[in-house]
Amino acid sequence: MSIRIYVPKDACAIACGADDVVAAIQAAALARREPVEIVRNGSRGMLWLEPMVEVVTPEGRIAYGPVEEADVEGLFEAGFLAGGAHALRIGKPEEHPFLAKQTRLTFARCGIIDPASYSDYVAMGGYKGLERALALGPAEIIEEVKKSGLRGRGGAGFPTAIKWKTVADAQGDRKYIVCNADEGDSGTFADRMIMEGDPFELIEGMTIAGIAVGATKGYVYTRSEYPHAIAAMEKAIEVARAHGMLGVNIAGSAYSFDMEVRMGAGAYVCGEETALLDSLEGKRGTVRAKPPLPAHKGLFQKPTVINNVLSLTAVPHILADGGEKYANFGMGRSRGTMPIQIAGNVRYGGLFETAFGIPLGELINDIGGGTASGKPVKAAQVGGPLGAYVPTWQFDLPFDYEAFAAKDALIGHGGIVVFDETADMPKMARFAMEFCSVESCGKCTPCRIGSTRGVELMDRIMAGERVEANLATLTDLCQTMKLGSLCALGGFTPYPVLSALNHFPEEFGAPPRLEAAE
Amino acid sequence: MPHYEPWSEERARTVIAEFAHLEGPLMPMLHAIQETFGHVPDAIVPMLAEHLNISRAEVHGVVTFYHDFRHEPAGRHVLKICRAEACQAAGGDALAEHAEHKLGCKLGETTADGRVTVEPIYCLGLCATAPSAMLDGKIVARLNERRLDTLIAEAQS
Repeated sequence: MSIRIYVPKDACAIACGADDVVAAIQAAALARREPVEIVRNGSRGMLWLEPMVEVVTPEGRIAYGPVEEADVEGLFEAGFLAGGAHALRIGKPEEHPFLAKQTRLTFARCGIIDPASYSDYVAMGGYKGLERALALGPAEIIEEVKKSGLRGRGGAGFPTAIKWKTVADAQGDRKYIVCNADEGDSGTFADRMIMEGDPFELIEGMTIAGIAVGATKGYVYTRSEYPHAIAAMEKAIEVARAHGMLGVNIAGSAYSFDMEVRMGAGAYVCGEETALLDSLEGKRGTVRAKPPLPAHKGLFQKPTVINNVLSLTAVPHILADGGEKYANFGMGRSRGTMPIQIAGNVRYGGLFETAFGIPLGELINDIGGGTASGKPVKAAQVGGPLGAYVPTWQFDLPFDYEAFAAKDALIGHGGIVVFDETADMPKMARFAMEFCSVESCGKCTPCRIGSTRGVELMDRIMAGERVEANLATLTDLCQTMKLGSLCALGGFTPYPVLSALNHFPEEFGAPPRLEAAE
Repeated sequence: MPHYEPWSEERARTVIAEFAHLEGPLMPMLHAIQETFGHVPDAIVPMLAEHLNISRAEVHGVVTFYHDFRHEPAGRHVLKICRAEACQAAGGDALAEHAEHKLGCKLGETTADGRVTVEPIYCLGLCATAPSAMLDGKIVARLNERRLDTLIAEAQS
């Protein structure tokens, strides 16, 4: 009997040396004539422990991490194949506080199963949602999603059921399901992790969406920066097809649905849904004016559901367990769970899926363990490059769409980037404008010209030139971008700029804020 | 190290033909062209325009819109350093400067000997183990000066 060892194939684990660890384990096992079977799983999301190696013992899976190539000999000597004691031994991963505190629905299987194994997926509840969806039929599926209260996880928070109903009611000889997997926000990696760790879940979610609205073709549009995710998705699609779960008459039903992965080419703006559709069509990724909505005239002018990876991967659970059960998690109008990504200058960075409502400070200080540098936390940027910088005195903010919006901040795709006290806020504000100027699609003037003018203004402010007047112009410019831009790129770039300015005015050469705490 | 083929119209035609059955095939075609020849040569623009029955200007517009598509071949190795916020928070700025200094060229340029092109990249999705970089498709996280030096040495070899 060979001993089964799990070493993640997640890009983060690979970037930290997982492939070298696999080679070292194989060599050491061969030298010792110990038969081992290595499974490349996804990541459990405790990314500071990657590569996290798990050995299957009679007591369950025992984890060690972070394992480097050089540690492998020592692990064998310590008897890690039997779960032996070692400095890197973590014990049972599911008992680790970081995992034990979570409510994992979307990420329930991620890191546990072999992402390319259909039988692993089914053994852990996979395709239960599709089975029920087939029994319910289109109208009932949408009703179930409506009951769940699911809102788009890409950032806008639009109710998913309404979008689906619109496409279901729209007339068209063809309809499409497009998955927005163009996860360009810094500090976010949940889409990547699920595509690498549990790709069947996305396939199942898209298939259910297809049945609900009458679409027979799906596209996953993802980034060229994600080659590992693309490979994992393509492999899973192939396997699903071989099992009759994609293609004609899926699972023996009357429904047909097939899908394809498409790769972007390094344009951030293609994460905006209409720019993404143009890019899929083979055009420049410029933003479309709305209306018409993609639900009416989307991909190739056909009715199209465009949803984020995390919205679509929530769907199999909603169908399998019922919408009400999903809606029991969360607070206010933010229902269900959110896979939150804790990153940047943080000690315990990783993926933390939990019900909406958890305070930001708890995520950063208790779960994330504060900064990696050991210096005090200064602020956190939540929601990617277009998200606000939240200062420590607002860390009691609950993770909830409306609560964040009330403080001029946004949840976005659930990414938190932690900064320590060395963060230079004017520099970060300038970076936000510069990023917008580089990535603007150029269609609307406030974004295209405004961001360039914003960089120039920041340069003058940072040089101490007519600070008061330039800050007034900057604030005015931000207002114009916010109200006048066609999409969130120009419209939300003011969030990081103004939040940095409003919370840390003295760094910009302006008078300090009067009320230090609210 | 990636191996690229010299330009050949005939070869380009077969690459295009491979994707002809797709809906909206231009992006997959451009990726495949760059993968084959190392960049997107000007000569491909009229070929694609004719094949897809769109104007040359439209093809040119698409090629120049996306950061990934190269007009000129890159150096023998391409080192991409993440410059996005999570990596900045973890000391990415200093590492980028270190790489520029070591290689003697700025981000976006190629070393004089044509060995290494160093470029900024905005997010590899490795934000919890920042800073990170990518050398010819190989991703590296928890970057520090020592690891970066190893990568640079690898690229220069």
